[in-house]
Amino acid sequence: MASRGIKDQVVIIGMGCTKFGEHWDKSVDDMLIEAAHAAYESAGVQQDDVDAFWFGTLGSAVSGLALSRALKIDYKPVTRVENMCATGSEAFRNAAYAVASGAFDVVMAIGVEKLKDNGMSGLVGAPLPDDGTKSQLTAPASFSLLAPAYADKYGVDRAEMKEVMARIAWKNHYNGARNPRAQFQKEVSMEKITNAPLIAGDLGIYDCSGVSDGSAAAILCRAEDAHKYTDNPLYVKALSFTAGPAAGPIDPDYDYTTFHEVAACAADAYAQAGVTNPRAEIAMAEVHDCFTPTELVLMEDLGFAERGMGWKEVLAGTFDLDGELPVNPDGGLKSFGHPIGASGLRMLFECWLQLRQEAPADRQIKSVTEGGKTLGMTHNLGGAPGECVSFASIVGSQPG
Amino acid sequence: MRGIVGYGAYVPYYRLQRSAIGAALGAGGGSGTRAVAAYDEDATSMSVEAARSLIRSFGRSAPTPDALYFASATPPYLDKTNANAIHAALSLPSGVFSADMVGSARSTTAALTAALNDQRPVMITASDVRSGRPSSADEANMGDAAVALLIGSDVDGPVIAEWLGGASATGEFLDRWRQPGWDYSRVWEERFGESIYLPLVTEAATAAFKETEISAGSVDAAVVTGMHARAVRGAARAAGIGDDTPIADDLSTEVGTTGSSHSLLVLASVLDKAEPGQIIMVVNLVDGCDVNFFRTTDAIADYAPHKTIESQIANGNDSLTYQTFLTWRGFLDREPPRRPDPAPPAAPPSSRMVKWKYGFHGSRDRESGAIHLPPQRVSVKGGNVDDMELVPMADVEAKVTTFTIDRLAYSLSPPTVGVIIDFDGGGRFKAELTDVEPDEVQVGMRVQMTFRRLMTADGVHNYFWKAIPVR
Repeated sequence: MASRGIKDQVVIIGMGCTKFGEHWDKSVDDMLIEAAHAAYESAGVQQDDVDAFWFGTLGSAVSGLALSRALKIDYKPVTRVENMCATGSEAFRNAAYAVASGAFDVVMAIGVEKLKDNGMSGLVGAPLPDDGTKSQLTAPASFSLLAPAYADKYGVDRAEMKEVMARIAWKNHYNGARNPRAQFQKEVSMEKITNAPLIAGDLGIYDCSGVSDGSAAAILCRAEDAHKYTDNPLYVKALSFTAGPAAGPIDPDYDYTTFHEVAACAADAYAQAGVTNPRAEIAMAEVHDCFTPTELVLMEDLGFAERGMGWKEVLAGTFDLDGELPVNPDGGLKSFGHPIGASGLRMLFECWLQLRQEAPADRQIKSVTEGGKTLGMTHNLGGAPGECVSFASIVGSQPG
Repeated sequence: MRGIVGYGAYVPYYRLQRSAIGAALGAGGGSGTRAVAAYDEDATSMSVEAARSLIRSFGRSAPTPDALYFASATPPYLDKTNANAIHAALSLPSGVFSADMVGSARSTTAALTAALNDQRPVMITASDVRSGRPSSADEANMGDAAVALLIGSDVDGPVIAEWLGGASATGEFLDRWRQPGWDYSRVWEERFGESIYLPLVTEAATAAFKETEISAGSVDAAVVTGMHARAVRGAARAAGIGDDTPIADDLSTEVGTTGSSHSLLVLASVLDKAEPGQIIMVVNLVDGCDVNFFRTTDAIADYAPHKTIESQIANGNDSLTYQTFLTWRGFLDREPPRRPDPAPPAAPPSSRMVKWKYGFHGSRDRESGAIHLPPQRVSVKGGNVDDMELVPMADVEAKVTTFTIDRLAYSLSPPTVGVIIDFDGGGRFKAELTDVEPDEVQVGMRVQMTFRRLMTADGVHNYFWKAIPVR
């Protein structure tokens, strides 16, 4: 199997990200214009300088035309991209390969989602005609299956498991409180999280990421052209994507304590980037905390904690903003919100700020400013345990 | 010899205590309990369960009927043959005829009579979901159930109850009626109906005794049922049944009057305990009177019902609240969560997947042995393509590997219990667990499959399978 990577061949030269939240007053077009123009300004380019676009949205628009219509793009290629909740990352991944190929010089990856126009509670899909036999479990219910399986396998009792999940929610709200772009900007106490009404399994309202509207964009070029735009590009070191056979719900060998797709994806990303000790080398990670047990399991699948030990590391504060390996320093899906098409790009936006030391002081990561670490990781997942796709990127402020 | 070759009965899990009605409304109700079909059951789904019970009662493989009749006064569809869903759920060969005989509880007698007078093995199923307006007698006294009978001759399997003959008496009179779309029936004042029914009972019974040359004294047990409670109470006497002849418990105390299935339900309860050589007189009062005689054979000693009616009554759950009962019957239109209305199943995919959707067949990859639910073309183990055989999985037990309680999902009776179940011998399925309280669910729990109606959207009933605890 060939996955050769394009380490250090492509850089990000500018990014934009709207505030995420319930934007009753903003349409999809409004948010696309805001994110795109913020990215142009960040990169010091005009729209005409961009040669091609990758436009990610799960269900808020159809066709690349939706982007070119909104931005009044003149006859450039626009690819509409979708890969469930990994859509934003997928747009970025494809844009990067295109500019690396030499076919284009400057490209944009942009993602958007408008979830709050449908008036529904929680995420709703657009069902295709089928035989009526598919499981109707909601997203929180599907991910809540991880918790009893993990607790049972590793001997964590129910109350402790609830505490671990709450600690993750607490951390992400703490971080979001320090982020003016986040949907939720208040710290939430452990007590409030633990006592919140249950949605599915042992997941309460605070264990579930925010349903919100938002957009984010990145502008990329080949590394050798970076100097035309900035002294401070962000290097793309690894881009990995895995789509699994969706064996989980049909194969008794799957035990609901891991995402095989993520483990494979992370291994490929580390190989591409030449990372051998993620815990030591990665300064920060933005991971897919759609629900709190997801983030817990990801710590192990991404190699940040030993199998079965993730829960202890969570409680020890390893992944806190001031911990050894800050996870979701911008608040994550949990408090930044999860406008699906934008999330993968929003994760890269935090890396863009943190690794180039442009993050607000109250959440700037010390291992970057003082510890000399240069690498960040983003991880984005789409689907459900046992039946998902996974994306991972590694970016860094320095080549090599 | 022709008669009953096999039978299966299905009494749903839930019971409503009749006193709950009186407590809520200050009127209606009574004592004892009535059987309640759950929100995900209907006359078709219960018929499938009764037919499965019949088939599983055979120690060896059951004889395949040449025809299947579905009898109901509460058919889920009009202008679409409900029996075809049962045909598909039982995976009957396409050459087996299936049709509905629906309208009133007398349709069951029509189905039974047609089957008894046929030369071929014929399966009949009878089922109703019954209620009435809050505080009415029907609401309290009716019940929900299903029965399946396999009628045949010795070539089809040993006859366990030989049909000896019978007679009918018919009259046109307004006693009970319902328009399609009404949630309840209306009845005329009951003393009128009694005055018409009882002479018809006498006429039918007299003719039946004469026709079969059976004497009243040789009747070992009588099954007396009907849709007019007062007339039923006087029917044994009107039929000339001896005062010493045991009248079978009509199950009205625990189950209720179950309409289309009632006569056969009480007959089944008699057969559950019958000795060989017993003459059973079946008297049914529905828009007339129909009398039939059966005599049990030696073969009945070897017939072990998959589930007796007594065991199903004993395993029932009478904690159902009256408000839940009213909600399930459509009398309380409750506020749903802010979730999209469910979409109906589409016709072409349902047709392509009929062996899965109705028959719960998975596929087994011949190379690796891996079982796939739903059936697949590409094996999840080894990647082998198009080397699968269909395997029936509905009768295989499973255990719960992990589960969740989904309080957000759309449901007619929230919350939804989602389970990952692993089948004995292989195969895994992400199922909904029903007939269970959320706090009963545990990892390791044993479950079995049941045929249910998931919901109805755009007037299309979505039939499929759920899991229930093994009880």
